[in-house]
Amino acid sequence: MLELKELSFGVSDDGADKEIIRDISLTVPDHRLVVITGPNGGGKSTLAKLIAGVEKPTSGRIVFDGEDITDLGITDRARRGIAFAFQQPVRFKGIRVIDLLRIAVGRRIAVSDACEYLSAVGLCARDYIDREVNASLSGGELKRIEIATVLARNAKLTVFDEPEAGIDLWSFQNLIEVFESMRERVKDRSILIISHQERILNIADEIIVLKDGALQRQGIRSEVMPELIGTASAVQMCRGTGAGKGASSEW
Amino acid sequence: MVKLDEIQKRLLLEIADLHQVPEGAYNIRSDSESVGRQSTANIEIVSKTGVSGLEIRIKPGTKNESVHIPVVLTKSGIKETVYNDFFIGEDADVVIVAGCGIDNCGNQDSQHDGVHRFFVGKNAKVRYVEKHYGSGSGSGKRVLNPVTEVFQEEGSVVEMEMVQIRGVDDTERTTRAELGAGAKLTVRERLMTHDEQRAISVYDVALNGKDASADVVSRSVAKGTSCQKFDAKIAGNAPCHGHTECDSIIMEQGRILAVPGLEANDPDAELFHEAAIGKIAGEQLIKLMTLGLTEAEAEEQIINGFLR
Repeated sequence: MLELKELSFGVSDDGADKEIIRDISLTVPDHRLVVITGPNGGGKSTLAKLIAGVEKPTSGRIVFDGEDITDLGITDRARRGIAFAFQQPVRFKGIRVIDLLRIAVGRRIAVSDACEYLSAVGLCARDYIDREVNASLSGGELKRIEIATVLARNAKLTVFDEPEAGIDLWSFQNLIEVFESMRERVKDRSILIISHQERILNIADEIIVLKDGALQRQGIRSEVMPELIGTASAVQMCRGTGAGKGASSEW
Repeated sequence: MVKLDEIQKRLLLEIADLHQVPEGAYNIRSDSESVGRQSTANIEIVSKTGVSGLEIRIKPGTKNESVHIPVVLTKSGIKETVYNDFFIGEDADVVIVAGCGIDNCGNQDSQHDGVHRFFVGKNAKVRYVEKHYGSGSGSGKRVLNPVTEVFQEEGSVVEMEMVQIRGVDDTERTTRAELGAGAKLTVRERLMTHDEQRAISVYDVALNGKDASADVVSRSVAKGTSCQKFDAKIAGNAPCHGHTECDSIIMEQGRILAVPGLEANDPDAELFHEAAIGKIAGEQLIKLMTLGLTEAEAEEQIINGFLR
């Protein structure tokens, strides 16, 4: 279980203090898929970075499974079971897909194990395992590899920062399937997704709405969702195309 | 049978991946003496007269054979210049593994300057691997100044892999190449300097024949207060294709100077240069840390990958 207690985060911009996260208190319970939504610039990605330890809060506490992790760095939080999928995947010259997966799992894994993670995101392991995670991969391929490395971590809490960014419509349906299967496979895990895509909100157990850095609403999907339809907090990937219809397992 | 001591074995493993005496043709030089040599039916190795060094003659059409000519220095204070000439016959396809390992525990400098010339016959293919390595706790420097000259005839292919990752205090590498029609040269240099080391790498490639091509790529890391200079010049003297790339990471107070040089002397010469120098990207470190690595471990993974 993740608890944020009176969390605030500000930056100094040209001498003026700007508050990006304002006094947020919320809980991500175990066994839940929670989606954080809200208009752009509302502080969603910053909140994800605060949870992963990439940014440090100016005040407030973060408690994970009963332990105060506010002062822990990125590495220690990762080792305690927090995984973080970047919105913009990072490229590495010379580091191969298999290397990243091995680092994520924390030990040397067989190619067949790597295959499992890659096929879950619709990539053929044979074609990708030895590829470098560099500019030769497309944005969509990088995104899937990013998600595969996060799956490989098998973490207690996985945070996805706008997972739909940079992937095409076809892939989007499969992304939803990945989240659904993650939820089904790992009952004792929690998933926190930053997204304002309606289809992702539709698979949430709970929805949190952030606006101007403050918590506006938290509740179960059936209660919160009707309030969001047609607002900037629940946008459609592509109106009227029926992205899910007939989508195959290919991304 | 060649007898090798532990230091010699360790150095050979570092520079030539050799656990024992290699298969095929070889010459092992240790502390200025040949301690083992073998020619084969197709590859003849003989000593030069007048100067220190070897002549390696590879018969035309020799396929899938290798030549190992590693050099190790285990005594402090040795300074030597060695001239090795390779004559590679037409249509041959061979692997040549050179390299030098210096273990210097004394207070005098140890220096090996290897001058290698390759005469590559028509349509021959050569893969050349040269690794440098230094170890030892002495205050004496470990110095390597290799000179490589390549003369490629029509349609020949040369792939060079130059690696210097640890322990060499001072190095000046000069590589010159002249390519005939349709000849192809590929160079992959990987270099890491640390502490107060200095490394200079100079390439001078002349594309003289129609459709000759060269691709010279250097990846380097400068740590500590070390400094490097990468100076790559490609001259296009015919319709040809040339590309050089210098991609470097600087850490701590490391310094790198990249000097691109392209010279087009023919209207159909196509020449490109790319250079990038910078620190490890913060987001790369963060990504690996979110996978559970410490910052130091993340740095190591990034450097290892970069220099792979």
